[in-house]
Amino acid sequence: MLSFHSSNIISKTKTISRRMFLLSSIKAVVLIGIFGRLASLQINNSTKYRSLADKNRYRETKIAPPRGIIEDYFGNEIASNNRIYQLHVIPDSTPNIDQLLVRLKDIIDISPRKISLLKKKIKNKKSWDTTIISDNLTWAEFSRVNLFLHELEGAQPVVSIARYYKDSSSAHAIGYVSEISPRDIRNKKYLQNLNIEGVAIGKTGLESSLDEQMLGSPGYLRYEVNAYGKKIKQVATDKGLKGKTYRTTLDHSIQKFSAEALQGVSGAICVMDIHNGDIISMVSSPNFNPNSFVHGVNSKEWKELTENRDKPMLNKAVSGLYPPGSTIKTLTAISALENDIVSPKLLVKCKGYIDLHGERFNCWKKKGHGVVGMRTAIKKSCDVYFYEVARRLGIDRLSATAKKFGLGQKVLQNYNEEKTGVVPNTKWKKREIGKNWYLGETLHSGIGQGYFLTTPLQLTLMTAQIANGGFKINPRILVDENEKVGSLQNYINHKNETPGNVMSTDDQIYNFNLQPLFRNQENINLVKDAMFAASNEIGGTSYRSRLKDKKFMFAGKTGSSQIKRFTEEQREAEIKQVDITYLERDHAWFVAFAPVQDPKYAISVLVEHGGSGSSAAAPIAKKVIKKVIERHEIRTAQKNQQFGKEI
Amino acid sequence: MLHTRSSLHTPFAIRDKFFHLDFTLLFSILLLGIISIFAQYSSSGGQFDYHSKSHAVRFCVFFFFFLVVSFVNIRFWNDYSLLIFVLLILLLVLVKFFGVQSQGSRRWINLFVFNLQPSELMKIGIILFLSNYYHKISSGDVNKFRYLLYPVIALLVPFMLVLTQPDLGTAILILVSGMVITWLSGVRWKLFAYLSLLFIISAPVAISFLKPYQKSRILTFLNPDTDPLGAGYQIIQSKIAIGSGGLFGKGFLNGSQAYLNFLPEKHTDFIFTLYSEEFGFLGSALIVFLYFLITFRIIIIGNMTRSIFGKLYCYGFSTAFFIYVAVNMSMVLGMLPIVGAPLPILSYGGSSMLAMMFGLGIVMSCNVYKNNAIG
Repeated sequence: MLSFHSSNIISKTKTISRRMFLLSSIKAVVLIGIFGRLASLQINNSTKYRSLADKNRYRETKIAPPRGIIEDYFGNEIASNNRIYQLHVIPDSTPNIDQLLVRLKDIIDISPRKISLLKKKIKNKKSWDTTIISDNLTWAEFSRVNLFLHELEGAQPVVSIARYYKDSSSAHAIGYVSEISPRDIRNKKYLQNLNIEGVAIGKTGLESSLDEQMLGSPGYLRYEVNAYGKKIKQVATDKGLKGKTYRTTLDHSIQKFSAEALQGVSGAICVMDIHNGDIISMVSSPNFNPNSFVHGVNSKEWKELTENRDKPMLNKAVSGLYPPGSTIKTLTAISALENDIVSPKLLVKCKGYIDLHGERFNCWKKKGHGVVGMRTAIKKSCDVYFYEVARRLGIDRLSATAKKFGLGQKVLQNYNEEKTGVVPNTKWKKREIGKNWYLGETLHSGIGQGYFLTTPLQLTLMTAQIANGGFKINPRILVDENEKVGSLQNYINHKNETPGNVMSTDDQIYNFNLQPLFRNQENINLVKDAMFAASNEIGGTSYRSRLKDKKFMFAGKTGSSQIKRFTEEQREAEIKQVDITYLERDHAWFVAFAPVQDPKYAISVLVEHGGSGSSAAAPIAKKVIKKVIERHEIRTAQKNQQFGKEI
Repeated sequence: MLHTRSSLHTPFAIRDKFFHLDFTLLFSILLLGIISIFAQYSSSGGQFDYHSKSHAVRFCVFFFFFLVVSFVNIRFWNDYSLLIFVLLILLLVLVKFFGVQSQGSRRWINLFVFNLQPSELMKIGIILFLSNYYHKISSGDVNKFRYLLYPVIALLVPFMLVLTQPDLGTAILILVSGMVITWLSGVRWKLFAYLSLLFIISAPVAISFLKPYQKSRILTFLNPDTDPLGAGYQIIQSKIAIGSGGLFGKGFLNGSQAYLNFLPEKHTDFIFTLYSEEFGFLGSALIVFLYFLITFRIIIIGNMTRSIFGKLYCYGFSTAFFIYVAVNMSMVLGMLPIVGAPLPILSYGGSSMLAMMFGLGIVMSCNVYKNNAIG
């Protein structure tokens, strides 16, 4: 029994030990497997998993750096960054969000509608996410919030920065910024990777065209978050790179002055340096308050702006299209002279109208001007004279000259909203309208009616290029700090330094690399002289608005662009412009250069439905010209500073 | 035989018993226990109040219990294994009716002081019972049908009881532990081959009985990227945590994955992940080595034990212990599906700790009474 028992134990032990050995070998293999896996994860792939862990752990919120500033020529900030006061709420840190909102209603100006909107917004967010209750508190509200802060658990007063515009005079030239929209992201490539919630981006004007550079490089706040997305702590901050600051050629005080001069009327003013193309002033009226858009314009104000008859949101200086009216007569004359179609001595008898192929073409003066030459025709703006000149010239030659002087094309590169306008010719009509050109249309075109469409800026450029003696200039609104002195400016400087040295036109062009727009400069001078007569001689269209002081004396050309042609009955009854409905009144133009003795600036004034150029536009131009010339020395001093020794 | 008889019946003094303890095993357990308290401290986000405190208390209490079990004669454990097994079966049945339900499964009995999980204890109970059974029957009877019936019933009853709680992980561990003993005792290879065949054939049927979450766990294990935010999330986050630990780890209390709650169940099933993230490959290697040492020491003790019961128990327990460790680690390392298997000693959980200390205590008892024959 005992021996059986022990042999039983021995045989059992044998089996058990043998099988245990096998099992131990399997264990060793498994152990090696676990070690191998550990080594593979923690040694071979640790970099990969570390980056995955960091990706889990960190969330970055991009933040917008301060936006670039827009300055005027003298360094005054037109569009700047201002300190703003905001109120943020984190629902998690408040005992009762609804009560907090009710309490806030007594402290800050917040409408019940906004509160219900905010409640909805809070509900859709995670309870630890920040919600902006108000992004632009007044200082009084901000102080009150701080005073009652102990009662407002969960509310956070925050000081931030936002765009601020000094005044509305440059609203169109500068444009405005507003919160980024899904459409912006779709349309603009540089915004697609920006990823900053609610960032203000440029929507119009320079704010829009220089947006990418002015935004700067975004910074970020890096947070550590837990598995549920709750922010645990801030681990790193990068403030980003401030956007680029731009200096414009605008003069803020002239901007303000021009805007004021246009107060109460709808229109535009452009002022340009005739030698280097600097745009000194560009305003459109009525304007809007660009600050309204920074924190989101309210629907009432938006409705008022968009439904206004005078289209305050439109930058009329570059996007408003109007027939040039009689201002084009300067170009008709130049074109005819340059092409040797007419002699300056040509006399035409104006009896108030001419008949051509059974159609009657009226002069604005019913009684007629009698026998007129070119100088008188421009001075008195005789339509019949220019019907005759245009008839001889033909539309294609007129159109070529008009294009040469800057009409029918974009003048500046800085405005996405800029319009091209129309300079019609036979080919254009065939292409766009599909019909042949009629001679009658040539006659209308000769006095700036018909298909012609121009912007105030284009007419300013035209006037500037006539005023500077017929040389091409490139208008600009941004100062290039590294630029060389322009070729025309070089010549002017040379002329000022050596007053006795009279140079022939060919030498001027050759020595200073000028780009003439003429064949014979005499033709340009003739028109300039006629414009002088129009403003400064009795019987001139703008004689009543003249400035007698030699320092300010200007030469200009009026223009009225017809909206609706008068019927014969109206013409017989001598109906006045003021007697017809506002929207049917003519647009009033005035283009001019000053000072007459030594022209430096060109200006164009447009008054929508102003009636006639001499009564509506010229008086405004007179005021602005005076202001511009008064500031000429300050501007020259600033210019000399920029170019330093070069002058 | 006389002198053995005298040594058999002369009770040891506590002092003598103490010197018969296996100190390698004892210190390995102690070291693991201390590490586990630190790991729990870290899992509570650097606070002693939550898991770490009760874990430390449990470890101390159960370590004392372990010593007590060690000093009880191995014959006692042999004699009472059937009773312990039957008691545990009764407890499992009790759970079915009076158990505490949590997260869709009924696993615990409310003992007022703490909730006892009998299935954890059953892991030891099955080893005890089968060691005792094969100790009793002669080697020639092992493969006889009549003698195979008992073990199969003894395996299937607790397996089914635990599986239907439901607790797939523990049920499988109980089954595997029991089968290891059966196999060690000399049951024919062929039988296991037939069983595996049967298992493979019945697998599709069995799968249809699985709870949806169990099915999805198996599926996501096979391809964790298909559902990165669902069941696969745990595997992915665990791998990220371990991998990002690198060679030296992120430092104590600096495991971002654990601290920021990316890691699920970090104080129970995924405690190794937390530890591994903070202490890196070197720290993890130490833990793996400690577990290996414990397994190895238990086998040595089994080799030195004279009784078949002791041998079978030690070998069986060492294998089961190894399987718990291997399953848990493979799970957190992404080599096995998430089945819910705690890591012995390190994981938070009273019943698991109690079971492990009880099991290790009996091993130690084998060592203290290694020269004793059992009738």
